[in-house]
Amino acid sequence: MVQTMSDPVRRATRIRRFPWPFTGDRYAYSANVEPAPGLRRTIVGEWGRTILDPDETYVAELAERRDILARDPSRHVELPHMRAASWDVLLWGLRELVGTDPAMTLDRQGDGYVWTNRRLGTCQAFRYGDDASLPMGPLMFLGSQIQEDIVLLDQREDRLWADAGCVTFASNWSMAFTAGMSFMEIHGPVPHDFADGAIPRAERFLMRLGAGQAYRRLNWTTTAGYRLDTALDSYADWGASRVRLADCDDFADVFHMRVEVQHLVRLPESGAILFLIRTYLLPLADILTVPEWRAQFASVLTHLPDDIIQYKGLAVLRPRLLAHLG
Amino acid sequence: MSAPAGDDLVLRVEQVVDVAPSIREFVLRPTEGEGLPSHVPGSHLVVACGDRRNAYSLTGEGHAPEAYRISVLHRPDGQGGSAWLHRVRPGHILRCGRPRDAFAPVATARHHLLIAGGIGITPFLSHLRAARRWGRRVSVLYAVAAGAPVPHHAELAALAGDGLRILRGRAAMQAAMDHALQTQVLGTHLYVCGPDGLMDSALALAQAHGWPEERCHAERFGGVDAAEGAPFTVRLHRTGRDIAVAADVSMLDALAAAGVEWPAMCRRGVCGECRMDAAGTILHRDLVLSPAERAAQSCLMPCVSRAEGVLSLDL
Ligand code: HEM
Repeated sequence: MVQTMSDPVRRATRIRRFPWPFTGDRYAYSANVEPAPGLRRTIVGEWGRTILDPDETYVAELAERRDILARDPSRHVELPHMRAASWDVLLWGLRELVGTDPAMTLDRQGDGYVWTNRRLGTCQAFRYGDDASLPMGPLMFLGSQIQEDIVLLDQREDRLWADAGCVTFASNWSMAFTAGMSFMEIHGPVPHDFADGAIPRAERFLMRLGAGQAYRRLNWTTTAGYRLDTALDSYADWGASRVRLADCDDFADVFHMRVEVQHLVRLPESGAILFLIRTYLLPLADILTVPEWRAQFASVLTHLPDDIIQYKGLAVLRPRLLAHLG
Repeated sequence: MSAPAGDDLVLRVEQVVDVAPSIREFVLRPTEGEGLPSHVPGSHLVVACGDRRNAYSLTGEGHAPEAYRISVLHRPDGQGGSAWLHRVRPGHILRCGRPRDAFAPVATARHHLLIAGGIGITPFLSHLRAARRWGRRVSVLYAVAAGAPVPHHAELAALAGDGLRILRGRAAMQAAMDHALQTQVLGTHLYVCGPDGLMDSALALAQAHGWPEERCHAERFGGVDAAEGAPFTVRLHRTGRDIAVAADVSMLDALAAAGVEWPAMCRRGVCGECRMDAAGTILHRDLVLSPAERAAQSCLMPCVSRAEGVLSLDL
């Protein structure tokens, strides 16, 4: 599904709340983690006040996730030993939503809970740990209430393993393929000369996270069209639009900066690491309206090492992009 | 909402129960609001006991508990923490850290074999509660001195059922461990907690019977001192000013408190943002610097690393 963002008010909101990924005019891979949540100001607005961000796209994005899961159930994977972690993340996520959005409440009596979400018109009673008390698994259920993609990592044998996930908006990777892989295996394709230090360091950092602690990082890449689902699993649907980017007429409207706000949380009861990915898209046309962003992006692109340019799929597009930004 | 990292808990002693001679259970509730953070099975609570900080296993329910429970053995030969706690009465306010997890069950295990001696049973109470909730297979070998009452016996029996064996005396325990460690299903994980002698024999037996190291987990208790490290002094070379870094604050925080602002991001020694040139005897604790950079002793990450004596900065 390709959406457009023509309404000027929504467009302004989107720019104002966009988590712009550059703070200077260079970009390098690093273990760029910081405690979360925390308000971050950009030149035109702000983001990051809360971990979850149920914004004006909430209902539409959740409907899109539901359609994707109905079409392709393999976007949700859960190895059997992740059951406790899945219940843990459900409670963590619902509580976090309650603290973020007044339209949601969670009432508890012992192991019995009642979840009410007035934005979706959901009212669901369930018993903690009782799979039969929910219409779907707990991880899937959380995936129906938050826009973020969810990955759960189990920590054992001094490593992290991505053993469960509900991921519909992956950027050029596949949850089904990743399931059961170690943190180091997952990051195998990332250009090594630049990430070799940062990736193992990030894993050690995550393994030391204390119960309940939350950190975040940004990652950025680019997408053709306002398209959330650019998973490897649906490449057949979007691969061609990516190729067309090189010579399409409306480049500034089609080319999107894709920023992922990624949260890393040590879940309190299972001890699993939660990896949340929230995807924000901003068309180049919008970037061009902010002179500072325009200049930063141009400078970053100019100096980015070739390996990273290749990895992010920008080798062909760079000249065209720089012509627009310049 | 997520609680800020590292925040202390202020808990009121609601009940004090003698569960066995010299073992007292404390039921702790928050002084404000309701509900306490959930915890991983096998977690401990660091409790400020007078001028000491001791770690005690949380023995109660791990899911969204309304109260925490700890069981404390009075150790007359200890460093005073347990004696201090044994004088505490209901109504007393305790400062505690947040639960810390270092002895969790392994989620992929096909069976969990828990071996405990004496007060070493405490971390397994929460293991057993979680095992029951999630349908994990567990068995327990518990060594208790001949003739002594079994701490938490009723609770253990209710939680572990047929999986519980109480062993009286050293020889009986040794024989039971030897048998158990030879007959476990493939994929069993072993967890041991108790007096050093018992833990050493359990682990030696496991090794002799070919158990891989990553299947053996041990919790050694004792006076865990959770302080950050020894105090030291930072000398600002250009102004000649001295800033004291106390035992329980980071150098970065001590600098900030003294008005010296310094860029930092992760505050966990991983991102490298706060890297700082310095001269002195540096105790590195970061994940960033290479062995050569460490050995050079000329820079550090002040968010986690510390120094001995006086550390000189070019500021
Ligand atoms: C602090 C933690 C982490 C750091 C520093 C980190 C770093 C990175 C970096 C630098 C990239 C390259 C991205 C690009 O240039 O577009 C990457 C890609 C990726 N990361 Fe992470 N990451 C972290 C945590 C995680 C976790 C917990 C997962 C769990 C699933 C994960 C899954 C991935 C995947 C699937 C990719 C794409 C790899 C591919 O090209 O196939 N990351 N990560």
